[in-house]
Amino acid sequence: MNHLGPTTADPLASAPARALVVLRGVEKRFATGTLALRGVDLTIDAGDFVALLGPSGCGKSTLLRIIAGLIAPSAGSLAWPRAAHDAAGVAHPRLGFVFQEPTLMPWTTAVKNVALPLRLEGVARSERLDRAAEALRRVGLAGFEHAYPRALSGGMKMRVSIARALVTRPDILLMDEPFAALDEITRFRLNNDLLAIWQETGVTVVFVTHSVFESVYLSRRIAVMAARPGRIEREIAIAAPYPRDEAFRTSAGYAALCRTVSAALEEAMAA
Amino acid sequence: MTARALDEAPSAPPLRRVLFLPVETWPRIVMPLVIGLLALSAWEIAVRVNEVPHYVLPPPSVIWRTLVSDWHSLSVSLGITLQITFAALAVAAVLGLALAVLFAQSKWIELSLFPYAVVLQVTPIVAIAPLIIIWVDDIRIALLICAWIVAFFPILSNTTLGLNSADHNLVDLFRLYRASRFQQLVFLRLPSALPLFLAGLRISGGLALIGAIVAEFVAGTGGRASGLAYRILEAGYQLQIPRMFAALLLICLAGIAIFLALGLVQHLALRHWHESALRREG
Repeated sequence: MNHLGPTTADPLASAPARALVVLRGVEKRFATGTLALRGVDLTIDAGDFVALLGPSGCGKSTLLRIIAGLIAPSAGSLAWPRAAHDAAGVAHPRLGFVFQEPTLMPWTTAVKNVALPLRLEGVARSERLDRAAEALRRVGLAGFEHAYPRALSGGMKMRVSIARALVTRPDILLMDEPFAALDEITRFRLNNDLLAIWQETGVTVVFVTHSVFESVYLSRRIAVMAARPGRIEREIAIAAPYPRDEAFRTSAGYAALCRTVSAALEEAMAA
Repeated sequence: MTARALDEAPSAPPLRRVLFLPVETWPRIVMPLVIGLLALSAWEIAVRVNEVPHYVLPPPSVIWRTLVSDWHSLSVSLGITLQITFAALAVAAVLGLALAVLFAQSKWIELSLFPYAVVLQVTPIVAIAPLIIIWVDDIRIALLICAWIVAFFPILSNTTLGLNSADHNLVDLFRLYRASRFQQLVFLRLPSALPLFLAGLRISGGLALIGAIVAEFVAGTGGRASGLAYRILEAGYQLQIPRMFAALLLICLAGIAIFLALGLVQHLALRHWHESALRREG
């Protein structure tokens, strides 16, 4: 999926050993001439939880799709030092992707939706259904294996979508504003459950959001982005310890961090 | 994660049923029947009161008696017409689907061939049916080709649209997992296209019948067929107007039966997931 071969300038020279993916000078200009991203440098460590925070139009979804290999960057490099590479030197990281909409196949059941990536990989039927049921159990949907998507609520559909992204045991989970369309109560629950999954599995998470509160609550590191052209303006570490829970959400420390990040976002948008 | 995380799942209330059908289905059956009976009664009364001769306009009761008395010859003709209709529909479904899949493989193929499918669609079948009947020796094959030409286009255009309207995010997901084109076709595009394919099939069912009848008319004027259209022509020549109406009635009933049967297929195939097959509450 990585569109860049090994011949690009060595982006790993300065990368620490824990780096899972390294972006150097990534730029994206669309066919329309719009400069969606300029000069993005970002290193994501294995096991990290990174939020891409910014206003709409800052290119955060574009950046996520570049990491996913769905969009090729116009310039710059993307390297996966720890991933398997094929004979041509192209990296094949194991990816999971969660879209803003649940993006389920309406014609089939939850468990078969979750099993889709395994089916595409050619995993045998009984094994893939077992693993899909296990992934559904992990997101709290045991007993809903044979429900069709239309019978599930918005939050439950999103859980199925997360289970599908996790079923291949990916190195990195890419999430594109996954909870933006949900009500706040459901969103809070899914935030907590996502953190539990992250701690349980050790998967690396890149989480796109436009919510300061959500980014501070979830992540260990926030890349604050600005628009026109899209760029990473600042990176902020969120030092608060895990597990984080509702007590953290109401703490003074959380409020202070939200203020800091909010101010950084204001500054980035003014710059 | 625990079960407490479950959000409320929408659930349908139990259906109230009368004679195996949901209560709200009954008006959809009863109301058209009432209107039909009223119209037939008015027709019967008007013919009797004005003493209209049966060779001008027969009353429904006479048409019904003719249908019963001539059932043997009419049912044989109906069987022939239905055979051609279903054969044409089957060929239209298979070829329409196959060509739509071909179109989905490449924009260039679609751009090059689609206009010719439109040409086929807009060509008046009455105009070319005589040619086809002359060109093709076997009359039944000739009729099948005529019916197929009429039935083919809705399936092709609907399926093409359906194959191209798969959810873009799902297409991205398939790319993400490096799915082959074949996997994308079988697991994503074909299921996405199924509702539109079935809607096309439903339109084509009626069209195939019309195509078969029109072709039979053309062939019948040459004295070379024995389907229902030929019975209508024959009855017309012999001024057996009630028989003509009886044949016409059979064609209508066959058309309605095909429409309902294909609707049932549509419902059974889509009932679990597609909006069109779902019962709305409130």
